[in-house]
Amino acid sequence: MSVGFVMLVHTALDRAEQVARHWARHDCPVVIHVDRKVKRHDHAAFVDSLSDLENVRFSPRFSCEWGTWSLVEASQAASEMLLKEFADVRHVFLASGSCLPLRPVQELKDYLAERPMTNFIESVTTEDVPWTVGGLDEERFTLRFPFSWKRQRRLFDAYVRLQRRLQISRKIPDGLVPHLGSQWWCLTRQTLTAILEDPDRPTYDKYFSRVWIPDESYYQTLVRLYSTNIESRSLTLSKFDFQGKPHIFYDDHMQLLRRSDCFVARKIWPNANKLYDGFLSENAAIMTGAEPNPGKIDRIFSKAVERRTKGRPGLYMQSRFPNDGWENGLTSAPYAVFEGFSELFEDFEDWLARMVGARVHGHLFAPERAEFAGGQSVFAGALSDSAKLRDYNPEAFLTSLIWNTRGERQCFQYSPRDTKDIGWLIAKDANATISVISGAWAVPLFYSNANFSDIRKEAARLQKIEAEHLDALRSFYAKARVRIWTLADFVENPMEPLQTVIDELGNRTLHRLTEAPRMVSLEGFGQFLQNLKNQGMHPHLMGDFPMSNTVERNQKKPRKPYLVN
Amino acid sequence: MRSYQLRWVRKRWRVRALRKRRELSSVVDRTETIKPHDILVMSTLRNERIRLPFFLSYYRELGVNHFIFVDNDSDDGSREYLADQPDVSVWTTKASYKRARFGADWLNWLARKHAHNHWVLTVDPDEFFVYPFSDTRNLRALTDWLDASSIKSFGAMLLDMYPKGTLDAQPYHEGQNPFEIACWFDAGNYMISKNPRFGNLWIQGGPRARAFFPDNPARAPALNKIPLVKWHRAYTYVSSTHNLLPRGLNLVYDEWGGEKASGVLLHAKFLSTFGHKAEEELERRQHYAASHEYRAYAEKLKDNPDLWCNWSEKYINWRQLEILGLMSKGNWA
Repeated sequence: MSVGFVMLVHTALDRAEQVARHWARHDCPVVIHVDRKVKRHDHAAFVDSLSDLENVRFSPRFSCEWGTWSLVEASQAASEMLLKEFADVRHVFLASGSCLPLRPVQELKDYLAERPMTNFIESVTTEDVPWTVGGLDEERFTLRFPFSWKRQRRLFDAYVRLQRRLQISRKIPDGLVPHLGSQWWCLTRQTLTAILEDPDRPTYDKYFSRVWIPDESYYQTLVRLYSTNIESRSLTLSKFDFQGKPHIFYDDHMQLLRRSDCFVARKIWPNANKLYDGFLSENAAIMTGAEPNPGKIDRIFSKAVERRTKGRPGLYMQSRFPNDGWENGLTSAPYAVFEGFSELFEDFEDWLARMVGARVHGHLFAPERAEFAGGQSVFAGALSDSAKLRDYNPEAFLTSLIWNTRGERQCFQYSPRDTKDIGWLIAKDANATISVISGAWAVPLFYSNANFSDIRKEAARLQKIEAEHLDALRSFYAKARVRIWTLADFVENPMEPLQTVIDELGNRTLHRLTEAPRMVSLEGFGQFLQNLKNQGMHPHLMGDFPMSNTVERNQKKPRKPYLVN
Repeated sequence: MRSYQLRWVRKRWRVRALRKRRELSSVVDRTETIKPHDILVMSTLRNERIRLPFFLSYYRELGVNHFIFVDNDSDDGSREYLADQPDVSVWTTKASYKRARFGADWLNWLARKHAHNHWVLTVDPDEFFVYPFSDTRNLRALTDWLDASSIKSFGAMLLDMYPKGTLDAQPYHEGQNPFEIACWFDAGNYMISKNPRFGNLWIQGGPRARAFFPDNPARAPALNKIPLVKWHRAYTYVSSTHNLLPRGLNLVYDEWGGEKASGVLLHAKFLSTFGHKAEEELERRQHYAASHEYRAYAEKLKDNPDLWCNWSEKYINWRQLEILGLMSKGNWA
């Protein structure tokens, strides 16, 4: 009772020789198929290098190309030879030249001896296969594929399209239910001979020779006809990336491969000396008796696929620069924008920092400089506070800031005085929570010591900018969480909105607010608005602000924080 | 239409390279020792003698098989030193660096002649290539993987490294790893836009934008580079190694949300040697955009600047750069 190997080899012949020798020396016969494309000289040298081993044979050579019938032909011929010449072989293991045994051969023998009738072959119906390259799954079996996918892609695609248009569909031979799976299998003599000696084999071969990638479906389908004892998994650890090409193992995967307890892995990089030396040496032969467990490797490779296809949300860098709408998150983490709060409250930023566990910046987009928290001139990631540098690419400034501070919630102030260009970005960003007190920009104007005509001009400018910004926030494209109060409504009852804002930020305590920020005195603000109106401007974003100050009562003792409940 | 127009641009640079080849004279030509699968490094230099020993040993260690240098009239022994190395071919010229489009014409010619079908890494003597797994897998592993993935060009952004303290505080000595001194960098202040004509990304930022160009960011030097290319004789570098033609080679980034694999060129420009170099280069006026960059340096260098700040990041390894989002493993695992 033993296992024999069929090896399909086309490159890195020296490595193939090493592995074949390893198996042969452990009393496993090996039949090697060398691709016809290998140069005669190299082939001769390869055959010669293994000539000292009497249980290594070479099967008739076919010229192999990925995705074509030739690969099945090669494995058929080699399998027939193995079964014929080594009568005591019970299991046939199909391997490639870039496979590497990870566990002692004896363990594989024991494992198979305990399961003498089991066929290890991944075999799944087409409906259940998530990994299909080129969008072809069922059509692999119903269309014809006379052209090479690698060399004649245009013809290949055109012919597929033509057949779809003409609704041509091949008849699948009676009794066959198409199954797909990894092309690396380990079958019992009984099953394999049943497949190879079936009187209907010419029919099946003829059919499969026009199926696309038949090496992933020929044995996988036919095995279902002859055996019920099928373990639908491959003993060969082989992972594929998003384009359907196999991941490659390197020296630094050593520990990972050790712990996987798989019997054979592919593909190994031919220059991975440590892997070859390590796994083919005798003293590494530790018998564990464990079941193969490729879970950890699975995770690493599926992460790689995800990184390649989805990437890290909110990251803009040299090899990830998504087109509009493909960002998968405009920024990397939630943040909060406050508009009008620092105008209305004297100490809003300090107060907010005390209330929530977040980094509270001033006006990051102020015309003078980026007001980083704590008045720093440089911030996370070495972002400079230079306004010119920031305004050169304000989107990059914001996305970088959020990316650089992953793990810490950012809050910043924003007003119509600030860089306008950022308005749409925050409106469209689902990570943004934007709270607006509309019209609050008028409060600093009210306190300013400028000529009234200048104030009027500035007020008109700011109102126009804010009105446009509010349109953006309310537009169909806005994805941010937006709350807007008019100044008049807010001043009427400031605690409730403040509570809402803090709650939304994920307050640490989730208690009622006990401390409010200090509101500036608005005595005379109503008159100020009236003056603007009298000058022909229409300040409408503040809401209906009363002439005589009704909120005055709240403002009587403006210097002291007050308690609610 | 545009691609047709760019075809003519590419042809123009090819013809120009052909013309500029006359400016080059061979010092040592060992290119016949280049074997079919060898990985090459190409570089132009002027008076970089002190950097060369570490440069050569760094890239030999990575698995580079042959170096091709264009020496632009060095007088510090660089040329003689290189000529003595067994794996180096050197050409020399006294012609204008600027008029050879900052060396691109010379390198285009030599690449066309000697690098066809080879993986070529085009770097300056102060640029050190770091890529995913570069501590455990050599350059051959990367190029084999790129070949298997049908990728022809590989991007590596320039990352300016600087010391803590003034530039002249820690003198660099020959053979030393420059990143023992200049081990700090800016982790996240880069700005990217797309170059619509050539399709490459245009990246600016880092300490140079922060310290030298805060008032004129448009002038801040470009940091995007595509240094590693499976060369074909029809390819040309357009402007330094920032972009190439045909345009498809510039698509080293993903536009659909995913990340392609990329590396970083650690830039050891800011060492004790920098002050002298900046003066010399300013005098020669051989650099891009009327040497604007070097004028800005000279201006700031008078105050002996410290590029380091509280938020500077200390370099550890490529994994750190990948976590920070400066480079990516893509789907290489």
